[in-house]
Amino acid sequence: MTGTKTGIHRETRMTKYLTTTALALSMIGGAAMAEPVKVGMITTLSGGGASLGIDTRDGFMLAVEEAGNPDLEVHIEDDQRKPEVAVQLSDELIQSEEVDILTGIVWSNLAMAVVPGAVRQGKFYLSTNAAPSQLAGKGCHENYFSVSYQNDNLHEAAGQYATDEGYGRMFIMAPNYPAGQDSLSGFKRFYEGEVASEVYTQLGQTDYAAEIAQIRDSDADALFFFLPGGMGISFMKQWAEAGIDMPVVGPAFSFSQDILPAIGEAAIGVKNTAQWSKDLDNEANAQFVEAFEEKYDRLPSLYAAQGYDTARLILAAMEKADVSDADAFREAVRSAEFDSVRGDFAFGPNQHPVQDIYVREVISEDGTLTNKIAATAMEDRGDAYAEECKM
Amino acid sequence: MSMILLIEQLLNGLQSGLMLFLMAAGLTLVFGVMGLINLAHGSLYMVGAFACAGVAAATGSFWLGLAASIAAAAAAGAIVEIAVIRRLYRRDHLDQVLATFALILIFSEGTRWLYGSFPLYLNVPDALSGSVTLPGGIRYSLFRLAIIGAGLLVAVGLFLLIGKTRIGVQVRAGEADREMIAALGVDIRRLYTLVFALGAALAGMAGALVGTIQSVQVGMGEPVLILAFVVIVIGGIGSIKGALVGALLVGLTDTMGRVLLPSLFDLFMETSAATSVGAALASMAIYILMALVLIVKPGGLFGARA
Repeated sequence: MTGTKTGIHRETRMTKYLTTTALALSMIGGAAMAEPVKVGMITTLSGGGASLGIDTRDGFMLAVEEAGNPDLEVHIEDDQRKPEVAVQLSDELIQSEEVDILTGIVWSNLAMAVVPGAVRQGKFYLSTNAAPSQLAGKGCHENYFSVSYQNDNLHEAAGQYATDEGYGRMFIMAPNYPAGQDSLSGFKRFYEGEVASEVYTQLGQTDYAAEIAQIRDSDADALFFFLPGGMGISFMKQWAEAGIDMPVVGPAFSFSQDILPAIGEAAIGVKNTAQWSKDLDNEANAQFVEAFEEKYDRLPSLYAAQGYDTARLILAAMEKADVSDADAFREAVRSAEFDSVRGDFAFGPNQHPVQDIYVREVISEDGTLTNKIAATAMEDRGDAYAEECKM
Repeated sequence: MSMILLIEQLLNGLQSGLMLFLMAAGLTLVFGVMGLINLAHGSLYMVGAFACAGVAAATGSFWLGLAASIAAAAAAGAIVEIAVIRRLYRRDHLDQVLATFALILIFSEGTRWLYGSFPLYLNVPDALSGSVTLPGGIRYSLFRLAIIGAGLLVAVGLFLLIGKTRIGVQVRAGEADREMIAALGVDIRRLYTLVFALGAALAGMAGALVGTIQSVQVGMGEPVLILAFVVIVIGGIGSIKGALVGALLVGLTDTMGRVLLPSLFDLFMETSAATSVGAALASMAIYILMALVLIVKPGGLFGARA
């Protein structure tokens, strides 16, 4: 296009000008037909927490390769789990690469730094994981979709499960940062029993001896905790070592396939809540789990499933509408007509999922630790913030 | 809070303090003797943990893993000293910070390249798993007791090494006056490599022991490094005794702060606000401690140079 423009400037005669313009226009028109949908993926591929981003990417790319659609172009960038890097990458992807869709961010603080700016510039953002309450309620936007969940969902399901199990007194614990506070309030939203004790740990804390001693000393019936990544590994190992006989419930993040091997047998029997599990009985999921294992030689995690679903949703929307027609493309995404690995999948009014959330149990399967569905905690759960969203 | 719980928490504080001491001892020696700020000390801690997890997984023996962690970290320390650090002694602190920060990145990505991004499995050996009942009815993890024992042994060993041996005399002399001891015919380059490798070995051992009860993953060294710096600032740069006292103070303050502060605020605040405020203050406790120590003794508790 740049070449054509310089050509135009060099021509002086009116007729030639018009001819060239017409020619250029026809070329642009022709290009638009084959113009690919450009997706910019910003995710964490190095530093702490890289395993989550790597699984997101691998799940996403598996779907892209399976579809083999030449019109889908994916640019992958590493945010190093730093908000400032993520913002810089998103500017770069929007301005230089001219992407249509952004996706891939794992962490809520990074999502808060990137999403509002991106959607204001008319880009679509489809979240593969992070879905902070701010973006689900008052801060919702027509170009923002969460394909994973709303952040509170898995904690709410854990609260519901604790209620269903009849646990009268719960010890609840999370790191002292916004997602940790949301976690405990999400849990309490659906937990009807009494909170024996509520403890906030430090973010990034790795030694839990002091907290475990407090749990042992409390008269709680069960323990709920949210400690993502390395924090969860450390806690579970120390918990098993302490030999306390108390049921443990938590969101899937601490018992996801990417970290289960590092926890080891200490995790067996723990109940955790998730909207997906490797043994969910539907055709898309069976095919996904097999293909993922075949390609990457490991079992897929929750993050891989979310990445896979996001790519499939984009591919399905591409079949129905052209991304240059934002309204039509948005409608196509909103209709969510794709075979989700979660089975039923629909978007609520604030474009967050309405879906079933399950209770999984950690088991050992032929010597490999994994999760198996034990119960359904919530059916067709939307989220607590949809009412505040005026779209 | 019951007496038993309080004693258990004191033991926890002691245990975390002694592990910090292993980290801080090497850091303070390197800083005191060579005048070098080594940000990559946390990477050596990580090297120890990964070596232990790798060897333990391959051989099935935790003890071989532990030996490997000490050997691997000491070797990594010696190589780094000879290849990079040696060139930095005469440069200013900013250059040292830059170069050792680069080492952190190299170690982290190198480890990721070797082991992948997923955390590794490393668990307590069977002989030390489970908990024991101490006099007074306190149930305490056997492995943590072993860590306390190992930490105390290393502390005693280090004091003997520094105080009673020829190498110790040279180290102390090097700390006091570098030029003079070189003039007296001591091979200062060899001494520096030795001290650096010793510090690295201690960090590696701490990494393996702590990695066993926590998680073995890339980037595990940096949070501990920050605490280790706090310890040596409190204890006084270059002093092993200061490192020990500082580490115990930090370990106990951190543990007791986390336990006691939320209960303290609970006395006059609503529970959920109290836990939140208590937790926030607890995370500041060690830095407040550091500030207080620096106000009273600007050179640290046992600092030679004020």
